[in-house]
Amino acid sequence: MRNPAVSDGSLRERLRPYARNVDLYLFVVPALVYLFLYCYLPMYGIQIAFKDFRIGMGIWDSPWVGLKHFEKFLGNSTSRQLIWNTLRLSLMTLVFGFPLPIVFALLLNEVRYPRFKKVVQTVSYAPHFISTVVLVSMLSLFLDSNNGIVNKLIGLFGIGPYNFMSSSAWFPNIYVISDIWQNLGWNAVIYISALAGVDIELHEAAKIDGANRLQRICHVDIPSIFPTIAIMLILQTGNLMTVGFEKAYLMQNALNTGTSEIISTYVYKMGLLYNQYSYSTAINLFNSVVNCILLVTVNGIVRRLSDSGLW
Amino acid sequence: MRNGTQGASLRSWDDRVFDGIAVALCALVLVMVAYPLYYVIICSFSDPNAVNMGKVVFWPSGFTLEGYQTIMDYQPIWVGYRNTIFYAIVGTAFNLALTLPCAYALSRPDFKGRNVIMMLFTFTMFFSGGTIPTYLVMKNLKLLDSIWAMILPGAVNVMNLIIARTYFASSVPYEIQEAAMIDGCSNRKLFVSIVLPLSMPMIAVIMLYYLVTHWNVYFRALLYMSSPSKYPLQLYLRNILLLDQMLDMMEGDAEAIEAMTRRLQMRASIKYGIVVVSSMPVLILYPLLQKYFAKGVMVGAVKG
Repeated sequence: MRNPAVSDGSLRERLRPYARNVDLYLFVVPALVYLFLYCYLPMYGIQIAFKDFRIGMGIWDSPWVGLKHFEKFLGNSTSRQLIWNTLRLSLMTLVFGFPLPIVFALLLNEVRYPRFKKVVQTVSYAPHFISTVVLVSMLSLFLDSNNGIVNKLIGLFGIGPYNFMSSSAWFPNIYVISDIWQNLGWNAVIYISALAGVDIELHEAAKIDGANRLQRICHVDIPSIFPTIAIMLILQTGNLMTVGFEKAYLMQNALNTGTSEIISTYVYKMGLLYNQYSYSTAINLFNSVVNCILLVTVNGIVRRLSDSGLW
Repeated sequence: MRNGTQGASLRSWDDRVFDGIAVALCALVLVMVAYPLYYVIICSFSDPNAVNMGKVVFWPSGFTLEGYQTIMDYQPIWVGYRNTIFYAIVGTAFNLALTLPCAYALSRPDFKGRNVIMMLFTFTMFFSGGTIPTYLVMKNLKLLDSIWAMILPGAVNVMNLIIARTYFASSVPYEIQEAAMIDGCSNRKLFVSIVLPLSMPMIAVIMLYYLVTHWNVYFRALLYMSSPSKYPLQLYLRNILLLDQMLDMMEGDAEAIEAMTRRLQMRASIKYGIVVVSSMPVLILYPLLQKYFAKGVMVGAVKG
C-alpha cells in the first residue's frame, strides 16, 4: 500500500493514489463550491456583453447583437477620456508609488537601532488598515476650503485657499499622494523580509574588498532582492487598467469628474444606476482582456531580461 | 581604512554619517505617516472652534468630550458597528473554514490534481466575470440583501490561500506527516491535531487579513445591501462623513438658532471623533499580531 510503484496496471491500482486521499478531496470541496458560485458562474454571464440583455428573458434567451456595445464604447469620445483617466492614476501610482517602498526598505535595513526600527515599521503599517471611506473622509476634512488644516497652513504664506477636493487638476495628485501615505509601509514589508534573507557572507566579502555601505546596497542588497522587485512589478503592471472603484468613487463629485471618472466607476454607474447591463459588461470585459494582455506581455519581457517571472 | 572588524566602536567616520542619514530619513517618514493620524485624534478632543480656527496643531486645544458624547447617542453608527462586528466574526470563521483545509490539501505533494485546482484559483486573480455578471448571479441565487451577500464574496482570498499553502508545505515537514500516516493517522486527524497547531502564526496573520477586509468592506455592501438595518459600518460612515447626512443629529431644539450654529460647528469635531471610533478596533488589533508578519509568512507568498 505504501508503494504505488508496484503496479499491475489495473484500474483499481491506478485509482489507488486518489482513493488513499479521498478525504483530502472533501477538504477542497467547500472552497471549490465557492469558487464555482462566485467566480466561475459569473463568467457564464459575460455573454451578455454580446447580447441585448433583458431581465425578463434571462441571460440565455436575450438576443445576440455581436460587437454593438464594444463599438458604442470605443466609438464614444468619453471612452478615450475614461481610459486615459484610468491610466493616468495607475501610471502615476506606478512611477511614484512603486520605487518608494523599496527605498524605504533599504533605508530601514541600514538603521542599527532595533527599537527605533520596530517603531518606524509598526507606525508605517498603520494607515494600511484604515478603510477607504475613512481615508477619503480624512482627506476632505484636511483639505476643506474653509477649515481644513492644509488651507490654513498655506494661508500663512498668503496662498489659497483652494478647493482641492472639487478640482479636476488636483484629483490625481491627491489620489496618488494619499495612496503612497497609506501603503508605503505595507508595500515595504515584502522587501524588508527579502532583505532580512540576504546572505551575510556576501556583505562580509564586499567589506573585505573595500566596498562602502552605499556600494554594498547597490551591489549586494539590490541584486539580492531583484527577483522580488521583478515579481511585484509584473503584478502591478498587470493591473494597470484596474484602478480600484472605491477610492475614486468616494472622492468623486460633480466638479472633478474630468479626471476622476475612471473605467470602474463608469462601469458601476452604467450598470447599476442606469441599468445598461450589457453595455457595462462589455466595458468590463474590454478592460479585463486588456489587463490580461498587459500581464502576459510584461511577464514575457521581464522573463527575457532577467529569468524571473510569474510563470 | 576598512577595518573589517564587527566592533561598532571602530566604525569609520563616513559609516556614522551614513547611519545618521538613514535614521533621519526614517524619522521623517515616521512623522509624515503618524502626524495625520495624531492630528485626527487631537482634533476629536478639541473645542470645535479652536479646530476651525486652525489652533490645534500639536496638542488638543480646549479639551472636551462633547463630540464623543454626541457620537455615543447617535444610533446609526452603533447599528453599523453591531452589523459589522457580526459580519466580521461570522465571515472570518467562514473564510478560515474554507481556506485552511483547502490550502492544506493543496500543500500535500501526494494530493493528485492539486496543480489543476491551484490553476483554477490563480486564474480568478487575473480574470473575473465583472461587476454586472456577478451581481446577476447573486441576484439569481437570491442572496441580495442577505447575510450571505456579506460573507460569500471573497470567501477564499487567493493570496491568503497561497500564503497558507506555502506555510503548510514549508513549516510542517512532509516526512513527519508521512510518518504519522504510516502509524495509521487519518488525514483529518493529521490536519486538526498536528498541522493546525503548528501553524498558529500563519493562521493569526490570515485571520487578521480577513477581519480587516470585513471591517473595511464598502463596495460589496454598496452593491448588494439595500436595507439600512443591515448596512455595515462603512456604508453609514460614508453617509455621515462624506454625504453629510447628519440630520438626525440636528434634531431636538434645532429651532433655536444658537444651538443650531453650535451644532454646525460641532460637525467637524464629531467627524474626527467618528474616524477615531470606527478605526480603533483594527488599529488596536494589528500591532498585537504584527510580530508574525515579516518573517516566513510574507516571503512564502511571493515565492509561492
